[in-house]
Amino acid sequence: MVYEKRLDGRKFDELRPVEANVGVVKRAAGSAMFKIGKTIAIAAVYGPRELYPQVFQNPTNGVLRCNYNMMAFSGSGDRVRPGPSRRSKEISLVMEKALLPVVDLSGYAGTVVDVFVELVQTDAGTRCAGICAAAMALADAGIPMKDLVSSVAVGRVGGKIVLDLSKEEEDYEGHATDIATAFSTRMGQVTLLQMDGEVSREELKKALELAKSGCEKIKEIQVKALKAKYVGDLNE
Amino acid sequence: MSKLLVQEKEIVVPGQDLAEGMDYLPGEDVIRDKDKLVSTKLGIVGLSGRLVRIVPLNGPYVPKRGDLVIGKIVGVGIGGWRVNIGWPFEANLSVKDATSDFIEKGSDLSKYFNYGDYIIVEIVNVASSKIIDLSMKGPGLRKLGSGRLITIPATKVPRVIGKQGSMISLVKDYTGCKISVGQNGIIWLKGDEPKKELLAIKAINKIENESHISGLTDRMKEFLEREKNGL
Repeated sequence: MVYEKRLDGRKFDELRPVEANVGVVKRAAGSAMFKIGKTIAIAAVYGPRELYPQVFQNPTNGVLRCNYNMMAFSGSGDRVRPGPSRRSKEISLVMEKALLPVVDLSGYAGTVVDVFVELVQTDAGTRCAGICAAAMALADAGIPMKDLVSSVAVGRVGGKIVLDLSKEEEDYEGHATDIATAFSTRMGQVTLLQMDGEVSREELKKALELAKSGCEKIKEIQVKALKAKYVGDLNE
Repeated sequence: MSKLLVQEKEIVVPGQDLAEGMDYLPGEDVIRDKDKLVSTKLGIVGLSGRLVRIVPLNGPYVPKRGDLVIGKIVGVGIGGWRVNIGWPFEANLSVKDATSDFIEKGSDLSKYFNYGDYIIVEIVNVASSKIIDLSMKGPGLRKLGSGRLITIPATKVPRVIGKQGSMISLVKDYTGCKISVGQNGIIWLKGDEPKKELLAIKAINKIENESHISGLTDRMKEFLEREKNGL
């Protein structure tokens, strides 16, 4: 079975429509909304604040703590059972690891910076949308960062390498492989690489190249959204 | 060949390249990565000679030696007070640095500063993020009486104060309020009438919201002139 045309009519290297917005949660130190296709993630950053219990404190560095949560009504019909699950714990952890290489908390020893990511609506690529939103929220909060992190999923659907899978493509009846990636595009580093399915060595290389170009496009949108919070006023 | 990649007062994001070559030097919130200068914060570019720095648009308050801050008493011990200065950890004000009066050993220190009192203090030492020493010996350092407290992001404080205090004296002149601005973004103010206090708060919020737009002093003058008639 050959996958000739994508189910939603996109090109194989085309992202779903992306929207980004900064400063959506007024009470938070920094916040951002990231929407890719039908997936919407909202990230809010609080802190630095004192970390309890004290045993988790790092006396030489600040701690980054991520929390990923899918809202009960966010799925495609079935109610998502609220509260922490094995899946959300894992995603919280990989998000933290994806953001840590760029965040510099050495000036905030003993403190914690909390990043809460809530998925309001989900349609594949939630961890990627969450990472994009979290990176923007951290920048908005004024946390020192060496770069922004951009994230996108790539995969193999019906033998074709495609960018930014939708839920229908993930569930494609032929074999579908889903690779979640995150890049620091300035440093040229991969900060997240997870895979579900099978892929050959050549295909993986090709997929990562595609993911990198996708992340560059996403970064442009992130940068534009961060500047838009202030540039809008400058032109008044 | 060294080259500047941004203009002064341009808004930049973390990870953006600011300059190429070794002739430019990294200032505040700028790091060097090989031969490039890179921003680490969302902020505005400031240039002074060869130094490139970032004036952040938002961010937490980080205590520095010499800062005058407004703090709240959150603990009274036998040798001093614990003070919340808007940083994750409490700062310490010892009896020795609080007053030159004679205080007998073992006396109740809450007679001097009690829980919930606000004080203007100077940070005299930052040994680590958890060890911060304060002093109240110096001009203008005192316990605050009645008045209003407002909080703004610490990154906006320099704009609220202005060059040599020009902006804050503008607000003081027009509203007749007494205003004390802490480097940690806590502002205390007191006027003869509530109306004047509210105008001062409105003015400070305006400065906070428009701090990154140039020509602020003229706009503030205009704003205060217009609003003054309503008093």
